[in-house]
Amino acid sequence: MAGFDHGPNEPEDQENSETISRNTRLGLKLFMVYLALYGGFVFLNTFSPAKMEVVVFAGLNLAIVYGFTLIIAAFVLALIYGWSCRNDVSSDTSKNEGASQ
Amino acid sequence: MIYEPSLMAVLIFGGIVAITLGLSFWLGAKAKSAKGYFAAGGGIHWFVNGVAFAGDYLSAASFLGICGMIAFYGYDGFLYSIGYLAGWIVALFVIAEPLKRMGRFTFADALDSKFQSRGIKLAAAISTLVVSIFYLIPQMVGAGALITPLLGFPHYVGVLMVGTIVILIVVTAGMVSTTYVQFLKGSLLVIFSTVLTVLILQRGLSTDPANDGKPTHQFQILGPTASDKIEHWKSELKLNENDSLIPLDQGAWATKDYLQLTRDDKVSYWKVTESPEQQYYLSETQYKQKNKNGSIIINGLTQGTGEGETDLYPVGRISKLPGDEAETGPLGVTEFLSTIRESELILWGSDTIKEKDGAVLTIYFPKPTTGEKVLSPGNHPKFAGIRSDKIWGKLNFLSLMLALFCGTASLPHILIRYYTVKDQASARKSTIVGIGTIGYFYILTLFMGLGAMTSGALDVTNTNMAAPLLAKSIGDWLFAVISAIAFTTVLGTVSGLIIASSGAVVHDLMSSFMKIEMNDFSKVRIAKIASVVVGVIAIILGILFENFNVNYLVGWAFSVAASANLPALVMLLFWSKTTKQGITVAIFTGMVSSLTWILLSADSYKGIYGLDPTTAIVPFSQPGLVTIPLGFLTLIVVSLLTQPKSKEIKS
Repeated sequence: MAGFDHGPNEPEDQENSETISRNTRLGLKLFMVYLALYGGFVFLNTFSPAKMEVVVFAGLNLAIVYGFTLIIAAFVLALIYGWSCRNDVSSDTSKNEGASQ
Repeated sequence: MIYEPSLMAVLIFGGIVAITLGLSFWLGAKAKSAKGYFAAGGGIHWFVNGVAFAGDYLSAASFLGICGMIAFYGYDGFLYSIGYLAGWIVALFVIAEPLKRMGRFTFADALDSKFQSRGIKLAAAISTLVVSIFYLIPQMVGAGALITPLLGFPHYVGVLMVGTIVILIVVTAGMVSTTYVQFLKGSLLVIFSTVLTVLILQRGLSTDPANDGKPTHQFQILGPTASDKIEHWKSELKLNENDSLIPLDQGAWATKDYLQLTRDDKVSYWKVTESPEQQYYLSETQYKQKNKNGSIIINGLTQGTGEGETDLYPVGRISKLPGDEAETGPLGVTEFLSTIRESELILWGSDTIKEKDGAVLTIYFPKPTTGEKVLSPGNHPKFAGIRSDKIWGKLNFLSLMLALFCGTASLPHILIRYYTVKDQASARKSTIVGIGTIGYFYILTLFMGLGAMTSGALDVTNTNMAAPLLAKSIGDWLFAVISAIAFTTVLGTVSGLIIASSGAVVHDLMSSFMKIEMNDFSKVRIAKIASVVVGVIAIILGILFENFNVNYLVGWAFSVAASANLPALVMLLFWSKTTKQGITVAIFTGMVSSLTWILLSADSYKGIYGLDPTTAIVPFSQPGLVTIPLGFLTLIVVSLLTQPKSKEIKS
């Protein structure tokens, strides 16, 4: 099939609706966690930039430590999400993944 | 500044570009169908796709813009890194999977999957085009910034080269090649940035950094003194009878506090600054004078490399290390940052003065700054607002950070890559790989930026060249490799954007909105014609915007993308009362309001129209804080007003 723009390009396998809603809820929860972290950072920078100069440890100030934390937290939350979702996916999917190339 | 091209750099550069193009042709031959051209047949492995996400995302802006901004202003540049990465959280946790489940090719298809509305197709296609073109500008400007020190060509040649090569890639191949090209170049960029960071740490910090073997010019800063009397400065400068030192207080100089020194018939300008403790300093500056006839004078002599000619000095160094040491030797990761925090560094500011005879002077002056300030926010003139008590400056900053957070998921060339893996699990894994790769790279940007700041190699006229010049200060081979990678970075990003735009033109505008019947063959042909047109537009804009920091331009693209696309995407996925009219009107409202806001902002007044920025109509420059909520509000109101009378649209 040429499969252009009329009609959907159906994915090869669909997760069941229970898994989908569980993943969606998990995603939104993790999003809220990150939003709080990022929001705290942005508000601190905006309304109290002098606090960012305070040394936290090893001669590093809060600006550097909080910034690095945000970057690492993004990756850690993504891993948690990927790990939890994988447990919910049916065994069919994982078999297909192996053969996806 | 004038650059001498290096033969090895040119050879390595040519080699990498040739390999990239070869790969494109070879892989392109395998993908003949329309589906293959646009979305690689859904068969790209998740790991490759994940690194390709990084390849797409770590564009010229990430590499050149962030490093340059950190090199000139410190921590403020790193705020962009943090915002760009945070945007991926929105993409992964909120948008990625529902969108992938819809299984559409383009952004417009996805938005329209529920309604089959021509209005949505039109709105989404136009917004894809506008955002892509906005995002293309910084890529092209970045290309020019790379080519200048590499080959010694002027800016516009670099832009033309990238434009031509990319059009060639897109027209001969398609998405398959760009996914693998992005994978290759994403990997190379991360690997060599790591190498560069390790070398920076090994080199350590020095008050007299050897830039390419040449010592750094040490600009004189006289003071502190309690008196700013001209006689005092005359004695400190040890003037002869024939020399003169006069205060400049006429015309454009009146508000700037400069003294003009004439010594041995050479004119130089010295800037008087006052510290908060009422102590005065007098700093040696360097200047570039562009005369009405086009000739360029640098520090009183003709610009050039010959006898009796001169060029601007490369800048960027530490003026005082902790314990007044001259150099530190190799440093560890945290040691590097803590040493900078305890040092004093020389940052640079500039003043532009238009003389009555039509000559334009740009004067660059050193600003000694403590490491504490360098490593905390608020040094960049555009971020300085957070350090003041005025609310507009603070709102401007909030607005930018909001746009960066919301922009990633709304970029059409990022979205299109969700369709190139086969299922949700793969899309998820791709995004995790992408976040890991991008996050790691962004941590490196802080070290590269600070490395450039203290390298003694910066071109004071152009922030975008900081990263390549840093590499050059370490070694020609590294400069060659980094420039080549950055150049292919630009190639890859630009081709991704052009494909997204041509997809919008063919699917959404022509096929769906205008209802033109086309077979697969003619669709691909029209997509290619559209690619050429978009490519040419990008070349022209890239030449026009030479002097903007590329990162700042990307901030605008993110604002427009977030304002136009995010409300529609989020509400479509999470609010069952969304109607097609709501989506259409919200996209147009978000796009038009954010564009209008940008065009009426102080930054546009200053940078584009050359008007007095204080007369700008909107109170702060970044639109996101106003226009993103406006998009949501419009969608909700219009949707509520246009609810179907019967419950016929139950999904």
